[in-house]
Amino acid sequence: MSTTLTTGDRVRCTMQGCSCEGTYIASRNGMATVKLTSGYNIGIPEENLTRIGISEMGDNPSEEIIQDSSLPHISIISTGGTIASKIDYRTGAVTSQFRATDILNAIPGLASLAQFRAVQLCNILSENMTPAIWQQLARAIYDEIKAGAQGILVTHGTDTMAYSAAAMSFMLRTPVPVVFVGSQRSADRPSSDNVMNGMCAAKTALSDLGEVVVVMHGTTSDDTCLIHRGTRVRKMHTSRRDAFETIGDEIIGSVQYPELKITISPHAVQRGTHDLVISEHLEERCALVWYYPGMKPEVLSAWEGYKGIVLAGTGLGHTGTDMIDRIKKMSDAGTLFVMTSQCLHGRVCDRVYDTGRDLLAAGVIEGEDMLPEVALVKLMWVLGNCSSGDDARRLMRENLAGEIRRRSPT
Amino acid sequence: MNLNYEALGLVAGIEIHQQLNTKEKLFCRCPTVIREIEEANGEFYRYLRATKSEMGELDRAAEEEMMHVRQFRYLTYDTTCLVENDEEPPLPLNEEALDIVLTIAKVCNMTPIPEIHTMRKLVIDGSNTSGFQRTCLVALNGVLPSGATIETICLEEEAAQRIEDTLFSLDRLGIPLIEITTSPCLHTPQAVQKTAAEIGMILRSTGRVKRGLGTIRQDINISIRDGARVEIKGVQELDLIAEVVQREVQRQVSLLEIRDELKKRGASIEKTPVEVTSLFSTSKSKVLTKAAMILAIKLNKFGGLVGKEIQPGRRLGTEMSDYAKKCGVGGLFHTDELPAYGVTEEEVAALKKTLNASNEDCVILVADKPERCHCAIQQIIKRAEMALEGVPKETRKMLEGGSTAYMRPLPGAARMYPETDVFPVRVTPERYASYEIPEMIDDTIERYIREFGFTRELARQMAYSERREAFEEAVAAGIKPALAERAFNSTLRELNREGAPIHRINDEDIKSVLLLMNKGAIAKEALSPVLKALAEGQTPKEACERAAPNLSEDTLKAIIKRIVTERIDFITERREASIGPIMGVVMKEVRGSVDGKIVNQILREEIEHALRNS
Repeated sequence: MSTTLTTGDRVRCTMQGCSCEGTYIASRNGMATVKLTSGYNIGIPEENLTRIGISEMGDNPSEEIIQDSSLPHISIISTGGTIASKIDYRTGAVTSQFRATDILNAIPGLASLAQFRAVQLCNILSENMTPAIWQQLARAIYDEIKAGAQGILVTHGTDTMAYSAAAMSFMLRTPVPVVFVGSQRSADRPSSDNVMNGMCAAKTALSDLGEVVVVMHGTTSDDTCLIHRGTRVRKMHTSRRDAFETIGDEIIGSVQYPELKITISPHAVQRGTHDLVISEHLEERCALVWYYPGMKPEVLSAWEGYKGIVLAGTGLGHTGTDMIDRIKKMSDAGTLFVMTSQCLHGRVCDRVYDTGRDLLAAGVIEGEDMLPEVALVKLMWVLGNCSSGDDARRLMRENLAGEIRRRSPT
Repeated sequence: MNLNYEALGLVAGIEIHQQLNTKEKLFCRCPTVIREIEEANGEFYRYLRATKSEMGELDRAAEEEMMHVRQFRYLTYDTTCLVENDEEPPLPLNEEALDIVLTIAKVCNMTPIPEIHTMRKLVIDGSNTSGFQRTCLVALNGVLPSGATIETICLEEEAAQRIEDTLFSLDRLGIPLIEITTSPCLHTPQAVQKTAAEIGMILRSTGRVKRGLGTIRQDINISIRDGARVEIKGVQELDLIAEVVQREVQRQVSLLEIRDELKKRGASIEKTPVEVTSLFSTSKSKVLTKAAMILAIKLNKFGGLVGKEIQPGRRLGTEMSDYAKKCGVGGLFHTDELPAYGVTEEEVAALKKTLNASNEDCVILVADKPERCHCAIQQIIKRAEMALEGVPKETRKMLEGGSTAYMRPLPGAARMYPETDVFPVRVTPERYASYEIPEMIDDTIERYIREFGFTRELARQMAYSERREAFEEAVAAGIKPALAERAFNSTLRELNREGAPIHRINDEDIKSVLLLMNKGAIAKEALSPVLKALAEGQTPKEACERAAPNLSEDTLKAIIKRIVTERIDFITERREASIGPIMGVVMKEVRGSVDGKIVNQILREEIEHALRNS
């Protein structure tokens, strides 16, 4: 029976003792999902279904949004994610399916802030993000700014949003705000944070900023969004709206909701400070290795031939002494090792204990107060753009995009 | 009003919502306890907005709720978690709750759904932080012993408790709720009330449902011929159900009469409102002088009908006012009720003149901020147009006394969206077969009368009691039914009347006291003081010692000997007949520490001994 049923067909469900009618939706492993007239879905074995009418489902065309030509231009570059997601009947789970224009439909208030140009770059869940897509994204942002966009909104899944924001921070010098935004509750829920995050992000894209930032909920209430620097932000909770935090730095600013009153910190990079530049090369043969007690040196061998490895070490920046020989061998063979800390907060210092000194002697360089993921993205970019190893070692210890602070204020 | 329900074609059905007494909530591991709002440990706020169903449609009820965007505030407790806060995905469906619902489905001879899918039912009135209520259809097609048919049984999560307007308490959110929906098979107000009572009896028979005010709510669906389906929400008192049905029939009959009269008169509705702000600039009505704008709309040939009563305390004008309030306005004025509320005859005359209205017409006023006024006038026009059609399909809420007010349009299937975060649950035939059908309370009552010799009233009290199960366990453990009944029912009722906090007494403690009595360690006479001590927070051991200190046989004999000696004159005079009165004196002294039988035996020996010696 299942081979002939298509989504939308009217079916009769026969169960022991009764029967009812509904709309066939999909099947998985012999169980069909049927939507009854009441709106409830039920699961029923396929063999208990009889088709009584064929699908009459049509497309639901999106409504045209009329844009106000007197407003400034913003480009929305869509990569997918929960801010634009809805149900997938194939798996029964939430996936990204919207186009960039659907975001304008989903957040009607946007049209009163700016004129939007929508660019659909890709449609992926952010765990499927790759350095190759970062390169496409950097190019798309570059093209939009070049074409006159006064601000860029990038809609992105929240899982790897911080990595992408860091990548754009290194790959682009931008005169205008490049704002990453997403949502922690899918757009198909009345309580989704996509409207507030989207509105606050658009406001930020129109502001006097001139750098790459992430704009997301600042508290569990719908009251404030925080503006985080792309190289200092981290997702710190699996599910809360206010999952994103700036680590080891001051926030760039905040946006009050629903008033959309924006406050920018003095240490933010101002609009127009930089000219537009793109350096899109990345060395993908880089890895992030999280050290744990008892880790065997052989584990590192999996990355032999890699150009760079960021170590997330313990405390001040350590691995077990057993690891050091292997690190030295790989370093001598041309792998650049950068030490960061699992503590996330604070600066690496490999000059306090013997292990640290031995790591330095083995060729490891201190990643200062960089977040491990940010150090990884930076390493890809540095190795992709430097011709000499010495230049790379020097750049890894220099602040390029706010990822390193020279001082650690109290 | 005397109504012939058969002639009117009354069709009614009910939905019963009952909280289940599970250990944990339906989609998280929080306990199912209700808290005092003073115990709240935090607060947050959110906005909600309507979203489309997976079929791309927008629900009309949700759409209307969106007209007036509101900020909702929520109170959190140390017994609520991120799931209630809509900050964490739901956990799998609570199996304990599903077991209870499937058991009830089996009692009602229903067909279980082979694979249960959790849905999100769009509710954006703020009562759910997520903007939807999670619900799943569990079983279909049942029949009650009375013959009433059950359409569906669902398992749902309870909504948050509304404290005031836009403030909600999260303790209640997520408590499992069974929803039992009858088919529209009921044709008199009495039949509706009787069926509600029958379903209530079945629910209680499981011993697994919550008790107390607010733990059960009835919604009633009613229509009459030519009328329309109206759903009345939140009827809490069983005894009011028949009255609510009767008043709704009366409302629909009146609305149909109004429709017929409007048609006869050739009534119509103006499309464009007229601004009349300046007419009332010196009015004595503060509502009017304070408003930024006053808008008026003329309803042609509606005169006298807007003020016509359609239900006790409700007029067609009240219905229009309910619609207008959705835009945030406080209400409306209509010329059927004017002059009044500070509005003078002259002002009414000027208003009618401006709108070119005669006495045959009705003019309606709203006063507020401009955008609210325009929104409200559109709502009034909408409701007036419905009056020409008859009875609108609506969801209504019950008011005190049994009349109802408009809440929102009847929601449709478009408000259902799959809950993608919860896996479907298979219900195999083996699982369904494994449920044992509990004894129905009606049968329990007969059994108590037959086997324990209880009066019908006592049997009824005990069978409906929350402590029924504990009572049965005590009897099974060898306690005499009459004593167990006193311990778990009658004595507690007496103590409750005296104001003792008997809810603090747990069943296990009562049972241990009964077992001590059975061993003769304390006397049955001590039951009331011991239970009272338990209510005051003492352990069973403390309670027994305080209410009935342990007496050795020697001490008892000494006490009896002393009392006999003191009253020797009385004893010699009355001889054997003195036992009764002296017994009373002894029992008072030993305060129930000893079984009366033992006292009686020793006393008898002592008196005989004293009489022989005298």
